[in-house]
Amino acid sequence: MAGTACFIIVSKNDIPIYEAEVGSAAKKEEASQQHQFILHAALDIVEDLAWTTNAMFLKAVDKFNDLSVSVYVTAGHTRFMLLHDSRNEDGIKSFFQEVQELYIKILLNPLYLPSARIASSHFDTKVRALARKYL
Amino acid sequence: MAPLVPKTGDAIFASIDRVNAELFTLTYGAMVRQLLTDLEEVDVVNKQLDQMGYNIGARLIDEFLAKSNVSRCVDFKETADVIAKVGLKMFLGVTASVSNWDPEGSSFSLVLDDNPLVDFVELPDTFQGLHYCNILSGVIRGALEMVSMKTEITWIRDMLHGDDAYELRVKLLKQIPEEYPYKDDE
Repeated sequence: MAGTACFIIVSKNDIPIYEAEVGSAAKKEEASQQHQFILHAALDIVEDLAWTTNAMFLKAVDKFNDLSVSVYVTAGHTRFMLLHDSRNEDGIKSFFQEVQELYIKILLNPLYLPSARIASSHFDTKVRALARKYL
Repeated sequence: MAPLVPKTGDAIFASIDRVNAELFTLTYGAMVRQLLTDLEEVDVVNKQLDQMGYNIGARLIDEFLAKSNVSRCVDFKETADVIAKVGLKMFLGVTASVSNWDPEGSSFSLVLDDNPLVDFVELPDTFQGLHYCNILSGVIRGALEMVSMKTEITWIRDMLHGDDAYELRVKLLKQIPEEYPYKDDE
């Protein structure tokens, strides 16, 4: 189980459309802001790396102290980014794939505008449950 | 001898041309989304969906009567059964159940457990008053009006608002007698 984990979905226009702290450690205000900063700083690296490979799952793209950033890029260039301190790569890959299924269902909702914030509490609950299961 | 009146719409549904369900659902969704963008007010969109449904129903009734060979309904109860079992099955591919008849027999509830129009849809908070399937109420109203029944249709339960099924209340206001379109003595 990851102690700290921060999960962000960034759309192709570089707008964050969803963020969640999914770690099991106690949340500290400064830490969560720092997590978001690290994830956004990693976006440039992701951008370069995404075009070099045709795999969707880019493993650890960046490291900060003992935290590493893993990224999954979807076909529509939406990036799922996870900041974590665990070593469980397969678990993270499965987590990303399940989140992608949920994300596709959100996209199919005709009342959802692309690149808008994901406000569905249903999605939020499911993502947190998946995080507890895989991370 | 006249062909047998169908008890369910299954046979007709199997014999007519069909379209991919997801295409249908996504097209309807895109249309509702565009209406929301153009009209902005949820109440206006509801009315517009109802009006569109009315126009569809007025034309749909002819195709329904042509394809399904039902005979003239004896009373309103039979009308309700025909709509639920034959009509909805033929055009949407789902059957509904009829329930909650009021004592005079002039209004009933149509309950749909499954509705292909709303696959994948989740209502965001800004559109909470939207009756997403309002086109259905318009279709039924338009179709019945073309066969001389003036009705009023309201939504009782809606799954997008958290209920467990879709329930439409259909109330017969009056039967309009057939009118000649021209006067004989002129």
